[in-house]
Amino acid sequence: MSGPGLNDFVIKIGTVNGTGSASANGLLMKSIFRMGIPVVGKNVFPSNIQGLPTWYEIRVSGDGHAGRSGEVHMMVAMNQATYDQDLAELATGGVLLYDSTWPRPQLENRPDVTVIGVPLMKMCNEVVKAARSRILMKNMAYVGAVAALVDIDLAVIRSLIEETFAAKAKLIDSNMVAVKLGYDYVKSHYDCPLRFRVAALDKTKGKVMIDGNTAASLGCVYAGATFGAWYPITPSTSLMDGFVKYCKKLRVHEESGKNKFCIIQAEDELAAAGLIIGAAWNGARAFTPTSGPGISLMSEWIGFAYYTEIPVVFFDIQRTGPSTGMPTRTQQCDIQTTAYASHGDTKHIVLYPSDPNECFDFAVRSFDLAERFQTPVFFLSDIDLGMNDWMVDELTWDDNYVPDRGKVVTKDDLDKMESFSRYLDVDGDHIPYRSLPGTDPKGAYFLRGSGHNAHARYTELGHEYQEIVDRLLAKWESAKTAVPAPIVQKAAGSTRYGMIAIGTSDAAATEARTRLEADGMPVDYMRVRAFPFTDEVEAFIADHEEVFVVEQNRDAQLLNLLLTETNAAREKLIPVLHYSGEPLNYRFVCDALMKRIKLRKIA
Amino acid sequence: MTSFLKPKIRRHNEPLNELGLARVDYEGNMSTLCAGCGHDSVTAAIVRAFYELSIPPHRALKISGIGCSSKTTSYFMNDSHGANTVHGRMPSFATGALSANNDLPTIGISGDGDSLSIGLGQMAHAMRRNVNMLYMLENNGVYGLTKGQFSASADLGSLPKKGDPNEFPAIDPVAFALSVGATFIARSFSGDRKQLVSLIKAGLKHKGFAIIDVISPCVSFNDHKGSTKSYAHTYEFYSKAVHADYIAPSQEIVAAYDEGEVMPVELHDGGYIQLRKLDADYDPTDRGAAFNRVMDSERKNEILTGLLFIDEKQPDLHETQNMEARPLNEIPYTELNPGADALSALQAEFR
Ligand SMILES: Cc1ncc(C[n+]2csc(CCOP(=O)(O)OP(=O)(O)O)c2C)c(N)n1
Ligand code: SF4
Repeated sequence: MSGPGLNDFVIKIGTVNGTGSASANGLLMKSIFRMGIPVVGKNVFPSNIQGLPTWYEIRVSGDGHAGRSGEVHMMVAMNQATYDQDLAELATGGVLLYDSTWPRPQLENRPDVTVIGVPLMKMCNEVVKAARSRILMKNMAYVGAVAALVDIDLAVIRSLIEETFAAKAKLIDSNMVAVKLGYDYVKSHYDCPLRFRVAALDKTKGKVMIDGNTAASLGCVYAGATFGAWYPITPSTSLMDGFVKYCKKLRVHEESGKNKFCIIQAEDELAAAGLIIGAAWNGARAFTPTSGPGISLMSEWIGFAYYTEIPVVFFDIQRTGPSTGMPTRTQQCDIQTTAYASHGDTKHIVLYPSDPNECFDFAVRSFDLAERFQTPVFFLSDIDLGMNDWMVDELTWDDNYVPDRGKVVTKDDLDKMESFSRYLDVDGDHIPYRSLPGTDPKGAYFLRGSGHNAHARYTELGHEYQEIVDRLLAKWESAKTAVPAPIVQKAAGSTRYGMIAIGTSDAAATEARTRLEADGMPVDYMRVRAFPFTDEVEAFIADHEEVFVVEQNRDAQLLNLLLTETNAAREKLIPVLHYSGEPLNYRFVCDALMKRIKLRKIA
Repeated sequence: MTSFLKPKIRRHNEPLNELGLARVDYEGNMSTLCAGCGHDSVTAAIVRAFYELSIPPHRALKISGIGCSSKTTSYFMNDSHGANTVHGRMPSFATGALSANNDLPTIGISGDGDSLSIGLGQMAHAMRRNVNMLYMLENNGVYGLTKGQFSASADLGSLPKKGDPNEFPAIDPVAFALSVGATFIARSFSGDRKQLVSLIKAGLKHKGFAIIDVISPCVSFNDHKGSTKSYAHTYEFYSKAVHADYIAPSQEIVAAYDEGEVMPVELHDGGYIQLRKLDADYDPTDRGAAFNRVMDSERKNEILTGLLFIDEKQPDLHETQNMEARPLNEIPYTELNPGADALSALQAEFR
């Protein structure tokens, strides 16, 4: 198992939300990244604005693992209310750093860890006057203390602070003074650096630290989406914030100052869904970001868009359910909902990105698939992916990209046609032609969620109704060949074991696979990237005797979807379920798989 | 059953509008509503108004929710794109559609059930956003399509066909619209074709959200004695306050009325709405005064009709959103793509 060691350890910072610690934590992480060392940051925050416990976990991984480790080696305990919990979480041999302005002898009762007291508040009070600034400076002081302990380059910290406060030069010095307070105190009172520490590498060149929502919002911009509607809900809000920001930057007409986009904050998710469906019907690329509760409210509209064949994109950034659940914690709990959202027979195209780079790419592909197949597409992310910074290859763009607008008839096309029938399968590929309002009288048709036939006329005739819903199913099935294919990581030799995961379970699954193989337990791994499942998925299951399905929910939603949509035998699929609300870690996966594999070996 | 196409029969010497189209060119499928349903008369008025305004049918949008009233979008203008959406949600769909292309005159059709219960929220928000559309609320006091339950516009004490009288006060769409911020608010009656046609024309030409609350009796479930939404009751308590005529930019305003009675309101297209006040004290440009007058008439059991409020100066949604004149759906992708270099540059903050 991993760490702690050189460039291989986990720092967790426990603070109180609303105290400005987020920028200090970001600074720590970014400075490690700037030293060329791969790093992972996870924010665990409460559904609250001020005063409740919040944690930030930084995993330094010279080997470039992207998921959580499952252990904590240094705890920066800045919240007295969680001292006990924080101390308990620390691994044997770990280090606890706390503010000894208020000494806490009870922190000494774990002989297997080292406790380091730094009088952060006292030192800050001596040099800073304003109360609010003192709190902010205390944050910078712990950054300094950590830097001294794990050997982070102060020059890198300084340059990051300079960039942040480029416009307010005075703040650069005052922040550096605070960093130095913590740094110097630790240097003069303790042996530095620790056994586990950082040392500059060259592994972050060409990489960026970006969160999935920001990347997805850029995907929407680059896909040419012009219409977005939303109702605020954590953790999807920052996706729309990103779209607003980049549209204002990149989408305003240079001379007229007028917008080439429209963004509406809706009165609720029912309206957000109606807004994008109306806009998409009228030819705009339209999307809404939301989360589970929003998808529930949108369900009636989703069935409408499916049945009337309107291309729209729903970004579901999952959070812990049911109901309000733990709205700032992560889960993969809408896998079933998004696959079949709405009443009646409905099946959707769903994409499962697993890192921000893929968020960017899949956002663009979502619009192409929606328009090609004239159907709602779901982009299934989660809070871990959406709101945490991930280290990925810099996003790139091919300027030759042309949006796939699907089969939209122009006025010229209509002129050449004898007649136009909105839902007729002219080409035998199950995809009809659509016309945009205002084009030509010949293209006019009536959109209805009630029974309609191939000519878009009202019907209550069974065979006419069936013709349409059968075609919809065939259309959905044909999307198999167009959605992103799964990615397989094969073990060096042959193995009876397979593992399947989607989305943010990938990082932990990948690391678990690597480590298990090193320990003589080879497992093949397939990351599924879309629904409908491509044929490879069924083949992968068929090729293995046992397949672990790793996911972050209680009910084995992915496993059940695999059972429903492939010929897989139930006995073959073994659930590995993590649903505490914290992002999955590789130790959890390793443990689950090892237990089963070892049991087999004995038997 | 499939829907019936009405054969287009153009009579000899039929009058044509500026586009050379006859009234039949604005007609739709055969109605499947009950004979005598008020909604069919509203449909006929809509046909007439679009025809008289010479709006090319394929350049118009007709969008509705769910209900007998909402079905009527398929009974006019077969050459328009139409959408019969979901119950109570027509406003959001219409707002989205208009955001993609604001050049298309848009009529929304709804019922009192569709608008005042399940759809009250969406209607309110379309009003406050001042979406550039005409919203027809075909008001019969009941849910026709689900067979006659009271809706939220049923008056307190109104009698159902069978059962107990209505126990809850009505939501008056006009008072509601006045308080929420609609910029063109009218009431009419399916039985008054002349008034209705002029209001529809004026409403279509208004830039911003126009609502016409049309009393449109349901002959099957709410046209009996003791109902306050019956034909007989409406005729009896009908009162006209302000008559509105749309005057095209090319036409001249005729001052055939006494001074003080006539009031022109200039429109965005250069035309006018000429208001003829049948009640000299009424000022339809004063929201507060209009509200008082509407409340007053309610106390007197009067059904106050006509153009009850107009404000032509508020920006519509397109303007508040600072959008280009060119429809979103006509902007070529080359203008939407920021390019690879921009993507690389903007990632500096993530390094
Ligand atoms: C979500 C949903 N709930 C209920 C219904 C059933 N429903 C259909 S029409 C209607 C009421 C329509 O009343 P109104 O809008 O007044 O129209 P009218 O039929 O009177 O013209 C109801 C409740 C539905 N279609 N959808
Ligand atoms: S039930 Fe009432 S509202 Fe419906 S069509 Fe018949 S008369 Fe009209």
